[in-house]
Amino acid sequence: MIHSLFLVNASGDIFLEKHWKSVVSRSVCDYFFEAQERATEPENVPPVIPTPHHYLISVLRHRIYFVAVIQSEVPPLFVIEFLHRVVDTFQDYFGVCTEAAIKDNVVVVYELLEEMLDNGFPLATESNILKELIKPPTILRTMVNTITGSTNVGEQLPTGQLSVVPWRRTGVKYTNNEAYFDVVEEIDAIIDKSGSTITAEIQGVIDACVKLTGMPDLTLSFMNPRLLDDVSFHPCVRFKRWEAERILSFIPPDGNFRLLSYHVSSQNLVAIPVYVKHNISFREGSSQGRFDLTLGPKQTMGKAVESVLVSSQLPRGVLNANLNPSQGTYTFDPVTKMLTWDVGKINPQKLPSLKGTMSLQAGASKPDENPTINIQLKIQQMAISGLKVNRLDMYGEKYKPFKGIKYMTKAGKFQVRT
Amino acid sequence: MTDSKYFTTTKKGEIFELKAELNSDKKEKKKEAVKKVIASMTVGKDVSALFPDVVNCMQTDNLELKKLVYLYLMNYAKSQPDMAIMAVNTFVKDCEDPNPLIRALAVRTMGCIRVDKITEYLCEPLRKCLKDEDPYVRKTAAVCVAKLHDINAQLVEDQGFLDTLKDLISDSNPMVVANAVAALSEIAESHPNSNLLDLNPQTINKLLTALNECTEWGQIFILDCLANYTPRDDRESQSICERVTPRLSHANSAVVLSAVKVLMKFMEMLPKDLDYYGTLLKKLAPPLVTLLSAEPELQYVALRNINLIVQRRPEILKHEMKVFFVKYNDPIYVKLEKLDIMIRLASQANIAQVLAELKEYATEVDVDFVRKAVRAIGRCAIKVEQSAERCVSTLLDLIQTKVNYVVQEAIVVIKDIFRKYPNKYESVIATLCENLDSLDEPEARAAMIWIVGEYAERIDNADELLESFLEGFHDESTQVQLQLLTAIVKLFLKKPTETQELVQQVLSLATQDSDNPDLRDRGYIYWRLLSTDPLICHIGTLASVYHKPPSAFVEGSRGVQHKRLPGSSQDTGSAAGVTEAPPAVIPSQGDLLGDLLNLDLTPPTTTGPPPPSSGMQMGAMDLLGGGLDSLVGFLHKISAAMPASFNAPVSGGLDDLFDLGGGVGLPMGAYTPPKTIWLPAMKAKGLEISGTFVRRAGVIQMEMTLTNKAMSVMTDFAIQFNRNSFGLAPAGPLQVLTPLSPNQSIEVALPLSTVGPVMKMEPLNNLQVAVKNNIDVFYFSCQYPISMLFVEDGKMERQVFLATWKDIPNDNESQFQIKDCHLNSDAASNKLQGSNIFTIAKRTVEGQDMLYQSMKLTNSIWVLAELRVQAGNPNYTVSTHEF
Repeated sequence: MIHSLFLVNASGDIFLEKHWKSVVSRSVCDYFFEAQERATEPENVPPVIPTPHHYLISVLRHRIYFVAVIQSEVPPLFVIEFLHRVVDTFQDYFGVCTEAAIKDNVVVVYELLEEMLDNGFPLATESNILKELIKPPTILRTMVNTITGSTNVGEQLPTGQLSVVPWRRTGVKYTNNEAYFDVVEEIDAIIDKSGSTITAEIQGVIDACVKLTGMPDLTLSFMNPRLLDDVSFHPCVRFKRWEAERILSFIPPDGNFRLLSYHVSSQNLVAIPVYVKHNISFREGSSQGRFDLTLGPKQTMGKAVESVLVSSQLPRGVLNANLNPSQGTYTFDPVTKMLTWDVGKINPQKLPSLKGTMSLQAGASKPDENPTINIQLKIQQMAISGLKVNRLDMYGEKYKPFKGIKYMTKAGKFQVRT
Repeated sequence: MTDSKYFTTTKKGEIFELKAELNSDKKEKKKEAVKKVIASMTVGKDVSALFPDVVNCMQTDNLELKKLVYLYLMNYAKSQPDMAIMAVNTFVKDCEDPNPLIRALAVRTMGCIRVDKITEYLCEPLRKCLKDEDPYVRKTAAVCVAKLHDINAQLVEDQGFLDTLKDLISDSNPMVVANAVAALSEIAESHPNSNLLDLNPQTINKLLTALNECTEWGQIFILDCLANYTPRDDRESQSICERVTPRLSHANSAVVLSAVKVLMKFMEMLPKDLDYYGTLLKKLAPPLVTLLSAEPELQYVALRNINLIVQRRPEILKHEMKVFFVKYNDPIYVKLEKLDIMIRLASQANIAQVLAELKEYATEVDVDFVRKAVRAIGRCAIKVEQSAERCVSTLLDLIQTKVNYVVQEAIVVIKDIFRKYPNKYESVIATLCENLDSLDEPEARAAMIWIVGEYAERIDNADELLESFLEGFHDESTQVQLQLLTAIVKLFLKKPTETQELVQQVLSLATQDSDNPDLRDRGYIYWRLLSTDPLICHIGTLASVYHKPPSAFVEGSRGVQHKRLPGSSQDTGSAAGVTEAPPAVIPSQGDLLGDLLNLDLTPPTTTGPPPPSSGMQMGAMDLLGGGLDSLVGFLHKISAAMPASFNAPVSGGLDDLFDLGGGVGLPMGAYTPPKTIWLPAMKAKGLEISGTFVRRAGVIQMEMTLTNKAMSVMTDFAIQFNRNSFGLAPAGPLQVLTPLSPNQSIEVALPLSTVGPVMKMEPLNNLQVAVKNNIDVFYFSCQYPISMLFVEDGKMERQVFLATWKDIPNDNESQFQIKDCHLNSDAASNKLQGSNIFTIAKRTVEGQDMLYQSMKLTNSIWVLAELRVQAGNPNYTVSTHEF
């Protein structure tokens, strides 16, 4: 199981270590540093690194490497999932997961890590339970503690720890009972030179913020549940009911949680929200290249495409770009060769375009690589897969909750090849 | 106010200051001091000197302070074992506390103090906690057994904790079950042979029930444990699969993958025709695809596993190719894994898509990735035969980009494609040769050299190209040197006359000037083979004493010329001898080629159809390929190498056919040339072989007379052919049943088949033969009359003949004269029919008889001929068309 954890910052310093079994010397991280040096980009450090006596499994989050040390055969996904949970917990407790935040709260961090893992086995990783065991630091609580001498640590065994609904604490009380659900879809696509779709798929999630008193039992049904043939549920969802009736039935955790995530594969017809007309060309023997880009809405069901951001890594030979955007602003970083164009909203009547020239080093040969265009965008009030919630009902409690559902579509890895 | 303040007191008297604070009366001050100590500890500062002071703070009602002290204890107890004993009492007391949280905390912390003396005191409290009424304490105690086992395995066994742990698998609380399983699995790992987790249907049922109710981590432990179970029958494995399947929809990817593991394993037991089997297969794809939309590190592990899954059951993901397409901003480790899986999934159905993607990748920026993409194109060509042509043209496009590393990589894979599909794509060689100068990587250079050597006969300046590499021979890497040596030897076999100097040069570079033993050895092997010095085969025989070949002194070899190789008389086969006087290379091509290609000659199998000779050839190819051959399934798909130049070499055979000296009275039947001596006794240590070829009742036979002209008895005869133009191969073993005594002769008829491997020979009807007996292996070459290959059904329909005759372009026509033949046209026609040359039509124009004839070769090539006979003129004119 997980032996030790080292936190390493971007400059390669270990700023925190925690051992759950015997102490493993810091020098084990040297193997990690070697790999870090070899990697061209910080995110290219391989996640699993073998060393003579240990394995190092790492994730990079918020510019911090979380390096777990393993000594025996362990499912690597187990370790990675646990590290994700550590990151989420820090974020949950401190608002941000940065080196500064961790150093500021080092004792809480230590208490948390001790509570999350015992002998390398996960102990309590649900944020609801952890918060009962170790209270998150707030300015008010720190003040109160200082004055009264009380502590951050709960004295009672968390109720959820052993119940059949370990994700929910008992005795929750709210004056305003509300349940919000966000259906967020990200579209990943690769579009080829000619504008045809090579692959397109949708990663969707339903995130919930539920603040309901007592032990509410919710059901959520969809207009078109058939879209959801590849889903991952929060443990609270009753799987049998879903299998039989295609209805989500669950006792929700308290607060924010991810109810389900789903995947609409490239075999279904995935709508592409925007199109790109592009002409990025270099001529042999000329020190100038043409750059011409126009965006337009495609299948958006009449909704506006907003927060559009276009970025592209231009070929290494490009010295500078002299472009003229019809709207928004663009920047070109001559060091990283990264071109970004903040377009904003697409007006279907007046399509945004970015035109101009790129200058190459005089006498240099024509660049071989074709830049890929990366697009980010947002469409409010629409799930591009067409998923729609039918109704949300609550059982088990008497009050009438306030319910809300929001839809949103974003571009995930949306790439256009040129 | 944050914890960073704990780091600010890093000055000289820090420890002293902390000590004072720890001993303060004020609770709050104490706690702050302990926090400072912990903070220093986390950044790796040594605060062990404060041990007694910190431990003094342990007895407190404040849970946070207690926890902090425990944290400190766990870290430093090992370095201060004597002091740690002080804490034992508090632990034992805490294990009796009414609050289960405190009991659990105490037992948990005790297990983390890795001091032998403490473990003794731990046993009693642990025993109690394992039977505690509160499940939270029980599950903590279960893990504690694993901790204790890590410190002192013997103690745990003696105290019977393992049995208690096994009992916990039947606990009513699923979390306790999960932790017991986890603890047992960990203990079992250090005792591979122990039977700790003996799983039976009852325990499996308990585990499956707990699986539904425990936390995600518990599910992972239970699933991993389930995977070790072997179900009794397919019904049991189906029922387990059914209960595990819902885990595929879990949000935790580790749970999903562990469930996939269980299902993949138990699926092996399900009958394939079961409906459920198909359902299960369909259910496996979506969760795997979903894993690929997660964070890159999860993707990486998922991809590594998918790679294994695809190898076992490609059908699961065969329609999901697109999810493995590479995004340009994927981390490099994800890109490389995706590429690997794309190749595994490539099939005829999706190859066009895959190639388009790979070509796209080959223009990316990352050099490693580009190289791998180019390699992938080559692997596709080898995997999907139908795509080979498209792959080659894609590779050529890439070579045109002139990007140095792309070109080199492309050449390496084109070599592999050549090896897999010989004689198919040589048209690209010219393009490859253009890029010769830009190759600077050993692998690419070696590949190019291999290509030049292999196709030397089609590259006009092959010798110049290889010679140019030879200049810097000693600066090359071993790989290139070995390949160069082999290539030049191959070149020499193909063009012996022009390249003798070159081969001498490379052999001497490899054997005399090199320190590399592999290179020297291979050099010597080739040198030996090429020099055909017979004495090396005679170590330990009379010949080695006389330093003369047996034929030189053996009775019965009278009249044989005593010809020896220069330098051979003082050569006993030692390496030194060779280097002093390198034997001259004898360019007698036929024998040499036989030598090289038949190094590991084996007698054909005694039963059944013609022996599959591919194995033997592979051995030979390996030698020539320098062991670089990494391709599996080395298929020889040689297109029938029937050249358009059919004229000169064959005319001898045709002459024979028309050599009708015996007159009209000869019985009908195929012409049989008289026996000639193929292998003189002097060349074969006393074995003389003479023979001829016959076609009888549609079967080609090789008739031989074997004569023993040596002193000793000859036994164990076997025969083998080299690849030849028409694929002739022995259809059975050589039937020499009785030993051949000295001066005895034996007649043997060896039936031949035409299904052997094909290689164009020069002349076309040349056949290289190896004969083995108890003494040695001998090589000779002979020429068979082409008429032997004319089959019985070679009579073409009149109409077809007429149409075909017209269709054949004039280029394919050749004419020659047959002189001194005194037969009229009918007699000639009759006679020719005996040799399966059929007259289709006859015409008489101006006193000239025109016979239109057809014949068909064993490899289904038709030959059409027009024979003009002028009465009274003994000269015939033949024009043949072939297509």
